Amino acid sequence: MNRTKLSYKDYQNDKKTNYAIGAILIVALLGGIWLLEQTIAPTHIVFSILKKGAIYSLVAVSMNLLNGFTGLFSLGQAGFMLLGAYTYAIFTIPVEMRDSVYQYFDGGIIQFTIPVIAALVLAGLVAAAVAALIGLPVLRLKSDYLAIATLGFAEIIRAIFQWDKLGVLTNGSNVLRKYPTFSSTLYPFLVAGICIALICLLINSSYGRAYKAIRDDEIAAEAMGINLFKHKQQAFMISSFFAGVSGALLAMFQTTVTASTFRVAMTYEILLIVVIGGMGSISGSVIGSFLYIACSEWWLRFLDQTQFINGWQVPLLRTGFRKVVFAVIIMIIVLFFRKGLMGDRELSVSRIRAGLHNLIVWFATLPARIKGAGRRKKRQAGEKTTVTDTAQKTKQEGGADQ
Amino acid sequence: MTYDAILSVENVTMQFGGVVAVNNLNLHVQRGEIVALIGPNGAGKTTAFNCITGVYEPTNGQIRFNDQVIISNHPKGKMKKLYSGENYGMYSKVKNPTPDKVTRLGIARTFQNIRLFKTQTVFDNVLIAKHMRAKQNVFSATLRLSYAEEKRMRQETYALLEEQNLLHLKDEMASNLPYGLQRRLEIARALATQPQLLLLDEPAAGMNPQETQELTAFIHSIRDKYQLSILMIEHHMDLVMEISERIYVLDFGSLIAEGTPEEIQNNQHVIDAYLGVSEDA
Amino acid sequence: MEQFIETLTSFFSTNLPYILAGISVGGQYALIAIGYTMVYGILRLINFAHGDIFMAAGLILIYAAASMPLYLAIPLMIVVTVLIGFLVERVAYKPLRSAPRMSIMISAIGVSYLIQNLALYVTGGLTKVYPAIPWISDSVTIGSATTKMVTLVTPVLTIVLVIALVLLIRYTKIGMAMRAVSRDFETSQLMGIKIDRVISATFIIGTFLAAIGSLLFFTNYTGVTPTIGAMPGLKAFVAAVFGGIGSIPGAVIGAFIIGICENIIKGLGWTTFSDAFTFALLIVILIVKPSGLFGEKNTDKV
Repeated sequence: MNRTKLSYKDYQNDKKTNYAIGAILIVALLGGIWLLEQTIAPTHIVFSILKKGAIYSLVAVSMNLLNGFTGLFSLGQAGFMLLGAYTYAIFTIPVEMRDSVYQYFDGGIIQFTIPVIAALVLAGLVAAAVAALIGLPVLRLKSDYLAIATLGFAEIIRAIFQWDKLGVLTNGSNVLRKYPTFSSTLYPFLVAGICIALICLLINSSYGRAYKAIRDDEIAAEAMGINLFKHKQQAFMISSFFAGVSGALLAMFQTTVTASTFRVAMTYEILLIVVIGGMGSISGSVIGSFLYIACSEWWLRFLDQTQFINGWQVPLLRTGFRKVVFAVIIMIIVLFFRKGLMGDRELSVSRIRAGLHNLIVWFATLPARIKGAGRRKKRQAGEKTTVTDTAQKTKQEGGADQ
Repeated sequence: MTYDAILSVENVTMQFGGVVAVNNLNLHVQRGEIVALIGPNGAGKTTAFNCITGVYEPTNGQIRFNDQVIISNHPKGKMKKLYSGENYGMYSKVKNPTPDKVTRLGIARTFQNIRLFKTQTVFDNVLIAKHMRAKQNVFSATLRLSYAEEKRMRQETYALLEEQNLLHLKDEMASNLPYGLQRRLEIARALATQPQLLLLDEPAAGMNPQETQELTAFIHSIRDKYQLSILMIEHHMDLVMEISERIYVLDFGSLIAEGTPEEIQNNQHVIDAYLGVSEDA
Repeated sequence: MEQFIETLTSFFSTNLPYILAGISVGGQYALIAIGYTMVYGILRLINFAHGDIFMAAGLILIYAAASMPLYLAIPLMIVVTVLIGFLVERVAYKPLRSAPRMSIMISAIGVSYLIQNLALYVTGGLTKVYPAIPWISDSVTIGSATTKMVTLVTPVLTIVLVIALVLLIRYTKIGMAMRAVSRDFETSQLMGIKIDRVISATFIIGTFLAAIGSLLFFTNYTGVTPTIGAMPGLKAFVAAVFGGIGSIPGAVIGAFIIGICENIIKGLGWTTFSDAFTFALLIVILIVKPSGLFGEKNTDKV
């Protein structure tokens, strides 16, 4: 075996094997989830983490498409999720259930349903259509104004959906429920997975390159013949489309929908996930979502409860401490690890292969290096040899081992 | 004036508030010609470029490209009162395309302070310029239905980089290139938009004499190879005098001279503008 | 015409309580908005945490008043709030001064998240009752409306503070430095202005005014919750944009207009839309006149 360190670039040209390994990994992941569902009680927290993680992955990636890849600082994601969630719920509540859901509005105005898949797509389309309208005025604004304007739009949308005059459609400030949901964890994984794959394909296409050009330098992009408004509008609509789909998935996950869920705080949460994962990294956003959800809903739960170690009460631990710790971690990431987990790199099969290879090499050469280090120490203690000298010698020794 | 002009700038005035940055500029570039626009700092050269490329809307005047009016404007709103330039009321048409539309028509430019896409490779920097003329839409691009076109774009980029001797650097980050190569890359990127007219904003800025020397040959070679017309802003007088067929001189926004290099070298106005007028003269 | 005047007077008399409330809320927004507009003017940063510092000021007074008399608690609250404002800038914004604008805005959102969560932790998620402050909590009757004294105090106090601030900016050395920095960050640095000191001063003034604002604002409310600062914060920002960001009189006028409109909308029975209205106004302003009422237009250099 080759004992030198390899970079992911060394594997990049080995496309067929990479695709094969990628396919195997995906099948293994889905199979693993399936196995988990067969073996563990369905009420176990791991399933809700996985489901929510998948849904947040999609919305985080959709936000990253705007903030990380197109350079548009938009804070409207919660608003578009709301649109998706409501669209999905409104069009899928079975007709016979409508009287009980819309109890204050005579069963509502819509008296038909559409298939779940069609409703998911429609959820995205409604969000994209609203994005197109909003984008007309808003996308001409500069970064920070854009942030505050999109945030404002999300708030306006929320107010409209809570308005009781539209109750026949939105059920006013009451919840929507009794629409079809999913029980298997594979469902959100598949839907979110397909959507994220589409976003990946987009980003690696000519349009994705144009978005990145806009992010890097608007004036230069324009001089390259890229129509700024058209491309920004496009990215905004596509991002909103997927935010809408993820909103619909969230509605399915939560089994009820109310407008008051989709507050600014939710957008902030998604933004922080994107930052944790790395602006401009899709795999970062995905990893970030699962980590974020798992930490906040599972792993750091213990911080919210009073704990005793040998009868000694650990100070500070009580309700709300988890979120404080969390916020501090986020601030540390924002301030000191500005690139997040992944920076703008992607986790690819070639990277995994290179990483594995290097790991194996590390272990394989470990004995030789320990020996070398031992010898070096002895020598340094005895004779006076320069550092470069010893380094060269150990290198030669390493070569001789092969 | 012969009428094979590819570009004619007619009576263009650019006024910011009360400041007239370009005053009644008239300039033309013939097909296949290399023309230089010179003048002291702050004379309004880059502003003129920005008017031609659509970055600024000129306050008054029009610009024709290939005998078609591509930009035209007249003072409006507050500017009606403020306007202090000439030819007020001469133009009534309003046409202010965005820079991308100007590029699409066939005018490419480089920037005084290099504007490459810094987080992307040399190859992608050039490939991005191919996006404009691609026929794919966002769906066919995402779903890889326009594979053939993508492949062609990549091949063209490859060929262009090879011609420009940048191929060995194709996977380098643009920001990692030395200054001179960054300038070269910026020109290569502009060429990738398939222009007829190339505007170079101080292409030799920051280059040493040898690099400047090479630039002369380079500009000639691209002009011949791509049948370009070139309008450039430059401060290196050696380069300007050697390369340009005609020169325009701007000072305080107004044209003070035009002519061949020899004429300009002997023009008293130009000498005054550059060296200043001595008081007892 | 007469009929018109009649409808107008009847509008005013029926809506008097809302108009009064509007003026009062407007004054409170104004005090917060100044913090936004000054910070934006100098750092080009929307300080998302400003509204939360405002909330924190409310909580600090509640806790302080629980253990000491108000005449000590109020100055203490102001000092601690100002200290928080100062520290937030030093810890969360200063290290990012050369970073892209987006990073520093994200940092601001992070700080906002942190302050809210800290408040949630400290209060245990319970609404804390704001202490009644003598005199300004007293009821008064004006015409047909009964209201608290604070309604009358707020506009007066706001205007006095704004005049003081304008004088400070116009005639003191630090004020001159602030104006220079907001005009051109780099050049003023080269001219020997100590940027960090100016920025700190800006945050101190901004949070000081927000602390006063919180005193007036929460007197009208029953209690303080961790997220209560977010909305007034955003509205104050909209007021700052409306008036032309960077302009102090602009922010004040914008805040009064927003406060009054919002309360009239509430009076008309459209409470659901009182928040949405503010943002609709923001978007209209950004489209029609992005530089706001008194802002200056600046063009990007190529």
